[in-house]
This record gives sequence, structure tokens and C-alpha cells, in this order.
Amino acid sequence: MRRLFLALAASLALAIPAPAQEAPDLSPAVAEAPISGLAAVIAENAKAIAKPSRKTIGPVIGAISAAGPGAPAFLEAWADKRLGQRKSDKAIFLVDRQGDNYRLVDPITGADAGEAPRKQISEIKPNAGVRGLIAAALIKFQLSDPDISKRQDALVALARDGGPQHIAPLAASIAAEPDAEIKAQKERMLALLTIRFGENATDRVAAIESFGADLGLDFRASLNPLVATTRRAFDGAPTGNVATELRPGKDGFTAEEAYDLLVAENRAPARLDRADLRAALEAHIEKGAVAGIPLAELDVPARRDEAYDALEAAGLVPAAATDAEVAQTVAAHRYAEIYAEPDAAVTTAAAAALKSVSLKVNAMQGADLALDALSLASIYFLAAIGLAVTFGVMRVINMAHGEFITMGAYTGYVVQLYIADYTLSILVALPLAFAVTFAAGVAMERLVIRHLVRRPLETLLATFGISIALQQLFKNIFGTQARPLTAPEWLDGAWVLNDVVSISYIRIAIFVLALVFLGLFLFVMSRTRLGLEVRAVTQNPSMAASMGINPDKINMLTFGLGSGIAGIAGVAIGLFAKVTSELGADYIVQSFMTVVVGGVGNIWGTLAGASLVGGLQKGIEALNPSNTLAAQTYMILFIIIFIQFRPRGIIALKGRAAGD
Amino acid sequence: MTQGFLSKNPSVLIFLSALALFTLVITFLSNAYGAELISTSMVKTLGKTLCLCLIAIAMDLVWGYMGILSLGHFAFFGLGGYMVGMWLMYARTRDIVLQSNAGLPLTPQELSDAIASQIFGVVGTSELPAIWAFAGSLPAQLALVLLVPGLLALVFGWLAFRSRVTGVYLSILTQAMTLALALYLFQNDSGLRGNNGLSGLQNIPGLAWAGQDRLSVWFLWASALALGLCYLAAAFTVSGKFGSVMRAIRDDEARVRFLGYPVEGYKLFVFTLTALIAAIAGALYYPQAGIINPAEIAPIASIYLAVWVAIGGRGRLWGAVFGAAFVSLVSTWFTGGRAPDLNLGFYTVKWVDWWQVLLGLSFVMVTLFAPKGLSGLVDLLDGLRPPQRRGAPLGPNEGALQEREAQE
Repeated sequence: MRRLFLALAASLALAIPAPAQEAPDLSPAVAEAPISGLAAVIAENAKAIAKPSRKTIGPVIGAISAAGPGAPAFLEAWADKRLGQRKSDKAIFLVDRQGDNYRLVDPITGADAGEAPRKQISEIKPNAGVRGLIAAALIKFQLSDPDISKRQDALVALARDGGPQHIAPLAASIAAEPDAEIKAQKERMLALLTIRFGENATDRVAAIESFGADLGLDFRASLNPLVATTRRAFDGAPTGNVATELRPGKDGFTAEEAYDLLVAENRAPARLDRADLRAALEAHIEKGAVAGIPLAELDVPARRDEAYDALEAAGLVPAAATDAEVAQTVAAHRYAEIYAEPDAAVTTAAAAALKSVSLKVNAMQGADLALDALSLASIYFLAAIGLAVTFGVMRVINMAHGEFITMGAYTGYVVQLYIADYTLSILVALPLAFAVTFAAGVAMERLVIRHLVRRPLETLLATFGISIALQQLFKNIFGTQARPLTAPEWLDGAWVLNDVVSISYIRIAIFVLALVFLGLFLFVMSRTRLGLEVRAVTQNPSMAASMGINPDKINMLTFGLGSGIAGIAGVAIGLFAKVTSELGADYIVQSFMTVVVGGVGNIWGTLAGASLVGGLQKGIEALNPSNTLAAQTYMILFIIIFIQFRPRGIIALKGRAAGD
Repeated sequence: MTQGFLSKNPSVLIFLSALALFTLVITFLSNAYGAELISTSMVKTLGKTLCLCLIAIAMDLVWGYMGILSLGHFAFFGLGGYMVGMWLMYARTRDIVLQSNAGLPLTPQELSDAIASQIFGVVGTSELPAIWAFAGSLPAQLALVLLVPGLLALVFGWLAFRSRVTGVYLSILTQAMTLALALYLFQNDSGLRGNNGLSGLQNIPGLAWAGQDRLSVWFLWASALALGLCYLAAAFTVSGKFGSVMRAIRDDEARVRFLGYPVEGYKLFVFTLTALIAAIAGALYYPQAGIINPAEIAPIASIYLAVWVAIGGRGRLWGAVFGAAFVSLVSTWFTGGRAPDLNLGFYTVKWVDWWQVLLGLSFVMVTLFAPKGLSGLVDLLDGLRPPQRRGAPLGPNEGALQEREAQE
């Protein structure tokens, strides 16, 4: 009710150039002014307004909206079902139910018109179709509404279901638009509407060309209906806006399709298919035979045809088209793809624009794919780097690596139970996950792996034993359902470049995290004492030992380091994946692949392996987007072949360091 | 040849008689042929266990005798199951379609369409994929049980051994192979019903009159026969000169190569042979299990196979059989919910939840402290001792036997 008053007041203030402080004196003048305009229209159409029907109400709405000030408010009230009609004199009021009575307000002046008992008023309730028409008429007013959010709403409504009737009001509203951004949106919307509903071809072609190779989805959505085609059959030369003429038997247009088209257009009788033939024969079974042919022989198509011919000859079933007749009918017609849009100039321009857009879209999709691949590669890199470290230094495959990833993710979950602030909890969870998994890794190294020195296969199996024990332990502690690990708010959403290329902030953060770890790792390996000793043990443990390095200590620290990185990877992965006890296991085989493909003993090898595995997986997915399982299958096959040519990985240790 | 094969290997005779005795006892306790003391589902479990023992023999040959830690033998097991399952499902569906057909007899095209829409309705297609071309014929499909896994093993083994992939690399590669196969089969358009798998395999077409009671015993016999024959073949293979070369490759591959033996050929032969044994085991297993789906060939199954063999004791055929039987039966018991809960006062241990933890940890213990596994107990009774090699394993290879595993 307040909104209505404000709108009324605003429109009145615009309409009447009177000083604002004199407002109380205005009412008589206001009451007089619209009598000839809106009030007259309402009075004239009171019956139609009270019982509107979608089919006939159009002119009434048009008349109201053209009737000058007060019209938008009245239309809004109408659409909101706030109007009522007094039964005695058919006058229309704004009604507001208060107990048993209605409070009546004059819809034009806003003047109080007293109260009326319930029985004397019937509420006006237009149906959804009528409300849609009213809304369409209202858009015109909303487009120049002083409230900026209303103008935006109007543009959204236009984008959803704009029509030819909106072009003129939209064009009229552009000049007076104060906001530069909305002005640009309006101009874009005007061009889009012109493409779809413009009156002459020149305007529409100009509108199409004004976009160039714009990537917007709305532009493509406007063009696509223009170039949509339907297949039609013709007795003579094709008429209408012909896209391509089709010849049966060529360019993927078969004679069967041609005949089906004729059947669909009622130009030829339907062919008898196998199921109908069977049904027809079954309907005429007599004494175990059809037309004298025993049932047992009717399991051969040729005998069935004979039986049908016999029935046809006896006049028991309708005649079916023979192959020769079908061929003749097909040959007697011509076929073409016809544009739904009749104007050839427009369709040509639209097809050309779509072509140039699709080229650009393809390029952008390539860029998007590269971003996806990069993000997947950084996830694999994070998951595999710890594995590569332990494998490189100790030649040990840690099957429990996946469980360390899970452990990191659960650490993050537990931290969030105690720290409510998501940003702070992630900052705490990262080092804590490192600490927890570092400790677990060191414990595992001291208790198990140290005792299986130089027995990599036994180590693999022993760590697998730890892996299944840990996985079940997680299930017992945290349950089988997924636990939430929520990213802070500033990581929600995505970085949107245009309608094609976008990437979520979490993935960017993981990419940054991978870069940080790459840098950190390079620094530790090449600039610190620990790195020097690790490299020495990697290349030749016994020589390193004789130089005063304690290989046991180095092994323990590298194993802890590798496990710690797995924990941090777990927090990162948990931010976008479901945290379950199988979280790590989902990544473990890809991590193995990354290490095997990349080669051991070199961080760049791991990086190359991760890029290759991630890139391949996304690349194959792009070729066959509906099927990510197939992508993984082919990727693994590729890796098996790849190992044939570089059995030691992309970057292999050479010379004595390789240990061969 | 002064001594016969059996008299040189008394363990083979002992094993075979134990197997025969076991089969007889179960038969006479079964519902179908005797005292009705053992339920049909128990007979099926025992029959399936025999199949698992069979694939354990394959694993022991390739890992315990050859030193190749394959983490992919369940791929061959599953493929064998799929091949036999295709016939079972096709033939049974054909019977159902023919029975339910009224009116005109079906043309061949109609029959095949009806079967296809019955089988593939769940994955939303109604066309019979090309790989089902032989599904209507039992002999063809039985040949495929051997051909498909055999060819896969041959091609994969040839590629892997040719490029000298060894040790953990080879293990990871075999694991990748089985994962690739599982992922492929998980797709709906793989032609094998995606993750629905093949089901209803326990109903043998043409043998419906026999009933599950008798069928289960027959499958037990078949499994025992296959196990006995394969055990005999495996024992024969490893006892002669061929077996010596296998063990030599396990312990010191380079030296065998320098001596002039075609190491890759030996490896390829054994890898393919074990794949065939695994396929036979699978073909016998899944009609008893009744259902097969791609999850069965996920990498974890093959790792469990290694666990069984390790717990039983690798490098001895009867050790592998014993390990597979023991671990899988105990697993069934613990996870079946029949094991009594352990009340510790402050916490009640439910074995359904804690069995995996126990299995994992005891496996670690076995690897660390008893590399001979359970068969070490038998050695203890026999008074057998490992050789004195001052802690050195038998050879430099990753799969070589450790000192503690070896026999004098």
C-alpha cells in the first residue's frame, strides 16, 4: 500500500508542476485532472477489468497504459489482486480487508473512500495469463522508473520474455537513462530485441552486425532461433527461405528418412513395419494357421510377407506400400531444409555471425580447457609430490599415501568443529594437517618401513595393510557419510572472464598452493643442508653414509615430509571434494601414474607427470564430454603405452645415480 | 628318471587326497546328497573359496616363484567370469523370452531384439553389442573364457616385459591395467551393462530341474576338480628344470639372462599361464556367486589376493591355497556378523567394524615378523630351518626370497 502511494505521489509530482510545500492543497486539483483520462478509461471498461479474460483484455490494458499518470500504479494493483469492485455501482477501488469490512481507497487519487461491508465488494483476481499481459505492459513504465533496481528488474524480465511490443518503449527510455551501465545494458537489449522482432530486415541485419563476434550467451540465444531449420517435402521446387536442398541418399539424408518425412506430412501412407505386420497376422490366426500357412513356419520374414500378401488379396488387411511404390513416391518429391525465419538477408547475416562467434567460442573453450587441465594438474601435483619424494629417496611405494591425504582432510574437518571462523580455521588446519601427517609418516617409517629396507615389494604390501586398517579406522571414527570441510567465503564463486571461460577461486587457490610448494620444495632441496643430504642419499645411500650422513635420519625426515605434504594436499582437496574415508583412495592411482610417468628423484619430473596426466585426462574428456570414465580408461592405456618408450619416466635419473 | 614325479613331491599327493576327502565330506553333509548338515549357501561359499584358492595358485606362481608382484590378476578372474556370465545371461533370457512368447513364433531378428531389450533395458539401450555375437553358443563362450584373458595377458605382458619394466613399476602398471579395465566396464556403453554387471548367473539354463541344492554341489565338484588339476599342473611346472629357471629369475634375473635364458619368454609364458588359471577360477566362481559387476575387478581385489598369498606363505603352492582359504573364510565369518562381539569393558568391539583393522595390522605383522606366513608353522613342526646367509636375501631382485623365507 505504501509503495503504491509513493508511486502515485511520484507520478503526480512529475505531472503537476506545483511546489512541494503546497502538497495539501493539491488534492482537489488532482481529483479533477485525471477524470477525463484514467478514471474515464476505468469507468468505461469496469466490466472487463473486473472479469478479465486473456483473449480480450489486450486493448483494455493498452488503453489504461496510454491513459496517463496513475496508470502504472493501477496496473500494478490490478496484477497484485488488490482491486475490488463495489457491487452496487460497479465502481472499482483499491480494497484492503480489515476484519469484516473492506477499506476502500480511490485507485487514482488515493483518497479514502470509506469502508464497505464484505458482501458489497467482490475482489478482482486476474488469472496468470492476464497477469503476464499486465506485467508486459508495466515493463514500459518500469524501464524509466526512478528506482534503479526496478529498471534492472525490468531488463531481466525483458531478457526472459521480451516481445516486439517492447522495442519502442525500450528505445524511448534509452535517451533519458542516467546510469551509464544500465544504459549500455538497455542498448544491448534493444539490439537483441531488434534481431528477434525488428520490423525491417535492414535494422535486424544492422543489429546482428553491431555485435561482431560477441561471446555473450544472450546473443547466441537470439541468433539460434533465426537459423533453426525444419525439413519439409515439396511437390515441386522448394519454396520459402531455403537453407539447403536435400537429395535422398546423399549427405546423410537417407531414402528412409525422406519417406518418413512424407508420412509425417501426410503425403504418403505409413509403411508397414515389422511390429504392425506381426500384430496384423496375429489378429488373423485361424486354427493354428494364418492364411493357410501354419504358425510354426511363420518364424521366417519371407513366409510372413507371403501370409500378409494372402490376407491382403483376401481384403482382410489394408494394402501396404511395396518397396517399389515407396521408391517412386520418394523420387516424386523434393526436400529442403527451410528456415523458420522468412527473410533471407537476416538468416544469412545470422549464420555468418554465428560462424564467426563459434570460431571465437572454440578458441575460448580451448582456453577454458587449458585452465581446467592446469587446475587438475596442480591437484595431482599436490597429491603426488609426497609420493614422489618417498619413492625417489627410498624407492618405496607408500600405498597408505592416500590415507594420509584423507587424514589431512579430516584434520581440517576437526579443526572446523572447534574454530567457527572459516578463514582462521583453514589457516590453522594447514600447518596442523602437516604436523599430524608428518608424525604419522615418521611413526610408520620407524615402525614398519625401516625394517623392510631394500624390500620394496614387501613394503608396498605392508603399507597396503596399513592403508586398509587406516581406512576402516576412519570409517569407525567419522562414519561413512561425507563430512563438510567448508571453504572461507572469499573462496566461493568463480573468476568469470566471459560467458565461456571461468574458473572457481578454490581451484585458483589450489594452483597457487601447488606453486608455493614447488617453490618451497626447490628451495629446501637446493639451498638447505637437509636438501643436500636428501639428494646425496637419493643418488647413493652407502656413499652418503660414508660421508657422515645418517641415511636413517634422512629417510625418516623425507618420509615425514612426503606424508606432511600429503596432509596439506588433503586439506586442499577436501575443500572441493567430499571428505569421506575414500577421499585419498580416489586420487592414489592417479598419483602413482604421475610419479611413474614423471620419473623419480626430480621435482620437475613430478611436475611434468602431473601436467601430462591432468592435461591428457581433460583433453580426452573434451573429445568425449559425456563420458569421464572412458577418459580415465584411455588415459591409463596411454600411460601403459608411454611406459614402453620411456620406462623410467619423462625425467629419468641418468648415470650412476640411476642405480642400474 | 629313477623317481616318479609324485614320489619326489609327496606334498602333491597329500594335498590331492586332502582335497578329495574335503569334497567327499562336504558332499555327504550337503542338502542334496547326504545328511543335510551344511546349508546350500555354505556349500556355495566353500565352492567359491576353492575358486579363490585356484587364483591364489596363479598368484603364487607369478609372484612366489617368478617374483612378479602382479596387482592385476583379478582382471583376468573377472574377465573369465564375464565371458561365462554372458552365455548364462543370454541363454536364460532366451528361454524366458521363448516361454513368454504367445501368438506367432519369433523370427531370429525378433528373438535377438527381445533378448537385447531384456538384458540392456537397465542401461537404456535395446541393441545387442557386437561383443555378444557368440553369447548364444556355450562352446564359443567357453573358448572365450580362455582366449580373452589369455590375449590380454599376452599383449600386456609382451609390452611390459619387452621394455624391462620390473619391480614396483610393474606392480603399479598391472594395477593401472586392472583399473583401466574396471573403469571401462563401469561405463554403460561398454556393452556389459555398466555398473549393473551381469546377474542371475546362478540359474543355469537347461538345468533348472536340478535345483540350487544339487547345482551347488556340482559346482563344488567342478571347482575341486579344477583346483586339483591346476595344482598338479603347477606343481609339475615348478618342480622340473622350468621351475628352477623361474626361481632363478625371481632371485637374480640379470644372471639368468647372462646365462643365455630368454628371461622375457619365461616371464611372458608364466604370466599368460597364470592369467588362464585365473580366468578358469573366475568362470567357476561367478556362477556360484550369481552376480558379477566391475567393482569385482577394482585394484583392491588383486591386492587382497597378494595378501592371501603372503599370509599363507609365498613360494609354496599349498601355502598359497591355505592362505586364500583361511583368510577368505575368516573374513566371511567376521564380516558376516556372526562373530561374537568382544566386550572390553570400556568399549565393545564389533567385528564387522574392526575386522579390516585387524586384518590390515596382522598383515603388517606377518610381513615384518613372519615372511613365511602360516606355512612357517608347518616348517616349525617339520624342523625345517632357513639357510644361513648372514641376512642376505637369495638374490638382488626386488622379488627375491628373503633369507627367512627360504628353505634349506
